[in-house]
Amino acid sequence: MSLRLTTPTALCALLLGLVGLTQIGILGQYEQTFLCTMGIYMILAASLNLVNGYMGEFSCGHAGFMAVGAYTASIVGVILFVGDPNFGPALLPMELAPLAFPVILAAGFASAAVVGLLVAIPSFKTRGDYLAVITLAAGYIVKSALENIEVVGGPRGFMGMKKVTLSIEETFAVPWMLIWIFIGVVLTVWLLRRFVYSTYGKGVMAIHQDEVAAEIMSVNTNHMKLVAFMLSSGLAGLAGGLYAYLIGFVNPASFTILRSTECLVMVYLGGMGSLTGSILAAGIFTILLEFLKPLEQLKWVAIPMLLILLMQFRPEGIMGNRELSDVFPKLKRFYRFK
Amino acid sequence: MLETIIQQGINALQLGSYYSLIALGYCLVYGVLLLINFAHGDIFMVGAYIAFFCATAFLGKFGYIDPGMPGWIVLALTVPLTMLLTSGVGVFIERVAYRPLRLKGANRLYVVITALMMGIVLEYGNLAMLGASRKSFPTLVPRTIFEIGGATVTSLKLAAIVTSFLVFGLLQWIVTRTKLGMAMRAVSYDKFAVPLMGIPLDIIIVFTFFLGSSMAGLAGLLYAMNFPVLDPFMGALVGWKAFIAAVVGGIGDIRGAFIGGFLLAFLEVTVAATFSSELRDLISFTILLGILSWKPTGLFGKPRTTKI
Repeated sequence: MSLRLTTPTALCALLLGLVGLTQIGILGQYEQTFLCTMGIYMILAASLNLVNGYMGEFSCGHAGFMAVGAYTASIVGVILFVGDPNFGPALLPMELAPLAFPVILAAGFASAAVVGLLVAIPSFKTRGDYLAVITLAAGYIVKSALENIEVVGGPRGFMGMKKVTLSIEETFAVPWMLIWIFIGVVLTVWLLRRFVYSTYGKGVMAIHQDEVAAEIMSVNTNHMKLVAFMLSSGLAGLAGGLYAYLIGFVNPASFTILRSTECLVMVYLGGMGSLTGSILAAGIFTILLEFLKPLEQLKWVAIPMLLILLMQFRPEGIMGNRELSDVFPKLKRFYRFK
Repeated sequence: MLETIIQQGINALQLGSYYSLIALGYCLVYGVLLLINFAHGDIFMVGAYIAFFCATAFLGKFGYIDPGMPGWIVLALTVPLTMLLTSGVGVFIERVAYRPLRLKGANRLYVVITALMMGIVLEYGNLAMLGASRKSFPTLVPRTIFEIGGATVTSLKLAAIVTSFLVFGLLQWIVTRTKLGMAMRAVSYDKFAVPLMGIPLDIIIVFTFFLGSSMAGLAGLLYAMNFPVLDPFMGALVGWKAFIAAVVGGIGDIRGAFIGGFLLAFLEVTVAATFSSELRDLISFTILLGILSWKPTGLFGKPRTTKI
């Protein structure tokens, strides 16, 4: 077997292993939910890294895009398969749900990407601190818009999509969400990596280093920013869709500024401009959240303190702007793509 | 109709005075250090709590001081003590969290993250120490109600509005007319040349934090007196809003921050009065975003030219 096929093979083996472990009962419901949460955090961290790490902007409204994706995916799923007093009866029979699940997630992706325009267009003229405010305000706007749309439950939240996952799991008896979140993580990392290191996507890093110089060097900065913001927010929407179907319930209060802060923490913990760093940081962060649960409120004192200390002693984060393959160059043999 | 307008105008002025007081703190620190002090909203919260503990201590609730002191003396003692202690918190945060990073020459972004984290530490530290039960602020001075053109104003509201204007005047005077203010502007202009001119950089920065945090403490005290329920997250939302207001006004210019605070308050009150209070954040933030897209550096901000 060629060395270059190692990564896909390893990923497939990992997925099969995880599914196998759930089937023989080693991974219970609790462990599955834990792994799923970790996966969602990985998608969030990696997607925010595109804007905050690679492009060097300071976006702090990631939870808003996640909320858009979560709500759209839930609404599409409920309209198609469950039916709701507000949306009328189900349009399609439940048997089609396994096939349509990617479509539901894609709807979450697309809607969040469109809302990403809300941030991308003002970013043409401003950057730095002013853009931070725009993203912050965009997050607030999304949250308070959701609170005011009575059709999706307003501040009480929206539910009903759990029926979709439950019925799929009844038919197939596999950990459906775990598989999809795994695919989501792999897709996110693959997409971001291909994008950032392609000739086309190098413009993103050029904007980070010097926007004016990048423009002189014929990088279409506005176009680049548009694509980067839409990709980043779209992936956040994907994470949101997965989150909605994992929890089975969405409400505006889950997408507050604290959630955006969590995403920021993971990006800077892992290192700006390092996808493996983000993945690693998301893993560590989820484990920390879980282990520090007995501390209750003190958890949110301990985690920021950790990050403050990190900023004092290793401000570039765990990985800096290096990838895993820069730390262990021998790993490069296993990639098809450098 | 006219009475409603006057009444809502007074409400907006009162709300705007808190936003402005906090926005001024953001603006001072940003103007000098180009640092968004995200912990500032929580320093406002800490200020409200410090005011609560000072006031209850002076009223004799803890037993160290004999009860029975008249309310106005308690208030007169609480105001300076709150400002002093709150500014102590602000300066402490600067000393332990921001200065080491600054001395290392770390990227500005890391300081911003540290500030964000400091805010969370303050919120949850408070929650863990004092518990989730809300504190209610004691009444220090009896409310007197005035009538202006059919609208009613309490003395506390009036005090908040007058204080914010006085503070604005004071800060404007400090920044534009005194030597310290000149030094602050110099630091903002060129942080590296300033020490060469014999200006003590650290002292100027500590002074800036002192000013900003004491204004936040004052705002916290006034807020607690007008809305006498304290909880650890009261600063977060007000702080973020004040920050947005400061940026819309043009952060880096005291007038901008001051006017931005009132602008946001007027928008919020108008929306709440004409549509509904649930739509308040949605519409007012959308308008602010529109303003920022139209004038990216805010109403009073000047664009900085960049050289390659």
